[in-house]
Amino acid sequence: MDFVAPKIALSGIAPEIALAATALLVLLADAFIGDRPRTLRPEHGSARPGSGILGNRWHLPLLSLIGFGAAVYLALDAWDRVDATGATTQFSGMIAVDGFSVFVKITLAVFGALTILLGHEYLVRRDLEEGEFFALVLFSVAGMMLMASSADLIVTFLALETFSIALYVLVGYQRSRLDGQEAAMKYFLLGAFSSTFFLLGIALVFGATGSTNLYGEGGITSFLATTPAADLSLLVLGAGLLIVGLGFKVAAVPFHMWTPDAYQGAPSPVTGFMAAGSKLAGFAALLRLLDVVLFPLRWDWRPLVIGIAVVTMIVGSILAVVQDDIKRMLAYSSIAHAGFVFTAVIATNDRGISGALFYLATYGLTIVGAFAIVAVLGGPEERRTRVNDFRGLFAAHPLLAGILTLLMLSLAGVPITSGFVAKLVVFGAAVEAGYTWVVVVGAIASAIAAFFYLRILVVMYMVDAEVAEEPKAVMGPLSIGVIGLSAAATLVLGLFWSPLIELAEKATFFAGP
Amino acid sequence: MPITYLLILSSMLFSIGVYGVLARQNAVLILLSIELMLNAVNINLVAFSAMFGAEGVAGQVFALFIIAVAAAEVGVGLAIVILIFRNRSNVDVDEMSLMKW
Amino acid sequence: MNIEVVVFGVSFVVALGSSIAMLFAKNAVHVALFLVAAQVALALTFLLQGAYFIAAVQIIVYAGAIMVLFLFVVMLLGVDRREALIEPLSGQRTIAVGLGALLAAEIVYVAVKGTEFVIGGRGEDALVTINEDPGNVKALARALFSDYLLPFEATSVLLVVAIVGVMVLARRMGHEGFLRETTEDEGSEGAETDAEVPA
Repeated sequence: MDFVAPKIALSGIAPEIALAATALLVLLADAFIGDRPRTLRPEHGSARPGSGILGNRWHLPLLSLIGFGAAVYLALDAWDRVDATGATTQFSGMIAVDGFSVFVKITLAVFGALTILLGHEYLVRRDLEEGEFFALVLFSVAGMMLMASSADLIVTFLALETFSIALYVLVGYQRSRLDGQEAAMKYFLLGAFSSTFFLLGIALVFGATGSTNLYGEGGITSFLATTPAADLSLLVLGAGLLIVGLGFKVAAVPFHMWTPDAYQGAPSPVTGFMAAGSKLAGFAALLRLLDVVLFPLRWDWRPLVIGIAVVTMIVGSILAVVQDDIKRMLAYSSIAHAGFVFTAVIATNDRGISGALFYLATYGLTIVGAFAIVAVLGGPEERRTRVNDFRGLFAAHPLLAGILTLLMLSLAGVPITSGFVAKLVVFGAAVEAGYTWVVVVGAIASAIAAFFYLRILVVMYMVDAEVAEEPKAVMGPLSIGVIGLSAAATLVLGLFWSPLIELAEKATFFAGP
Repeated sequence: MPITYLLILSSMLFSIGVYGVLARQNAVLILLSIELMLNAVNINLVAFSAMFGAEGVAGQVFALFIIAVAAAEVGVGLAIVILIFRNRSNVDVDEMSLMKW
Repeated sequence: MNIEVVVFGVSFVVALGSSIAMLFAKNAVHVALFLVAAQVALALTFLLQGAYFIAAVQIIVYAGAIMVLFLFVVMLLGVDRREALIEPLSGQRTIAVGLGALLAAEIVYVAVKGTEFVIGGRGEDALVTINEDPGNVKALARALFSDYLLPFEATSVLLVVAIVGVMVLARRMGHEGFLRETTEDEGSEGAETDAEVPA
């Protein structure tokens, strides 16, 4: 038995490599070029020399953006190749190179780039160190991408841990904030806890099938094809635990306990990134696992997932109504949105998969903008995030109020916004698969959810004589750019949705066995 | 040796870990319980790996990765513990109540 | 009676006993030491399974390095602190016991049921052959550097992320007095270099 060197083809993970390399470059550049932020300088107290609105360390975000650009370019390159030769696996079956992973990777790169832009301004204003922030965002996007294309449960687990650990740190990034520390602690403990369930799930799947590989020879797909259904109880239990582990990452009820705290305590750009990226990565793994690999077992896992979907939609919407803090409210709303995406997962048809991808892409673009607005209005330690702090926003910043209106309407699913189209697509897929009652529950949950979005709008437009302190937006060109982009995407995708949906439909072919 | 005993040991340790996470209040003790759960998963993997023989190396490789990941997780977790301890001189999870439902 | 059965029985009892003791120990140091005992016992069961390398790593890295880190932090936070036994939510412990027992019962049931067929299918001699040729460590190394090369490299990224993260979290903020001495030194150095620049 001689050692056989593995065949190495890097095209499948080229975007991840680009991001990881950029992260290392950012750390190096951070150490050797430019000034350190005040918190790390001895002569603290003085303003940073020459810090304009963009700071004098603009090379770090620029480098990060170049990294994301390279990642998108490499992903598009892979798409061309997939189009020409069909989906394949690489690295001894560890990586799937297919349309699905490419679509998710490009979307994730966009979320990451927006987070960098937003984070730069946020950090410069608070005089926090930037290099590590950008590096962690780059690393976590790389982890999320790896998760989307992993074709082996070992890789899925390592990718999940990579982006989770980066997120634990990013949540507590503003170390002086006590609620941020608390949020990081809670997110970490519950995250590590749920990871062990995911691990036990993998161990049981391995015990049942003798492999952790999804597609390869002797992998789970071929095992399912050759084994009689009566012998699968261990595999079903393992799959259930995998759903628990991933359900935590996408913030599904009853694994949602961390969400409000982590969302509230984290710096708002990070919160937006978590809501957009973490959900997309988690659902990418869920879609590949449930709708493709475990498709033959759908009668076993579907009841569990339907239960999760229904409870998630209802609990998320109802608890959001009683929130007083806008970040917690958006956290519960993100839980409800996870439930809406689950309705597409249980459809197990191509329309469901493309619908879920479209939903997550548009939701991510909207929610990043919403948290950007929270960031510019929240003040240095984000203390002004209560719903009542938005009182009189229309009078103070009419344009910002208008954009927030648009984003809230999109989250509520009102026509001519992307949120409406997205809901239509996922509900349509579920109806097509015969789960009309789940869609009815979803519609009721949306109606409940509309309440709290409207509550923000009412407060915002109210002309009240007793405004204690007018909302004050502190924003530079980067925040304005991100908010504008998000609003434009929300509106444009609400009117001309077909190009993105066609792309998402192209993304429904997977690497096969 | 029948694999059943190993699986029973593993599930018992895992459940003890789950209980520890839910019942303990000190963050360090919760983290220790999570480590016990990871160990329980490792028993499972090694047992299955032995069961599958030559094809089952994957189980042992995975156990190796779990140990590496556990090290990384413990590092980050203890860093968060120290960060919080500096500010409030205890790490009881139940006393963390700046944020409420 | 086979000696392996005796060894397994002992390690089974030690592992289970010290894990249960973890739940009842009040001192954090004791909890950590009980976990070490459980891990050493588990390493024994790994040896019995023919997983020699994992057994060694379990003792060196897990029971050794990681647990020392734990003990270090426990000492840093103060050993004498005992955990309050007051229930913050009434009935929380009862619920936890119930959930734990339920989970255990479920996993045992399915694991036992589910493995009946699997064990029938494959011989236990397969293990003997792999450990004779090429040997446990070699077999692991071959798998690690061929089929599992990508996860192996991904682990390196994961460790870098953890290092950067720990650095971010554990770094002191400039205005905290702890590192005052060193920062003052750096400050005077900085002043000197500033003075040198025009010259």
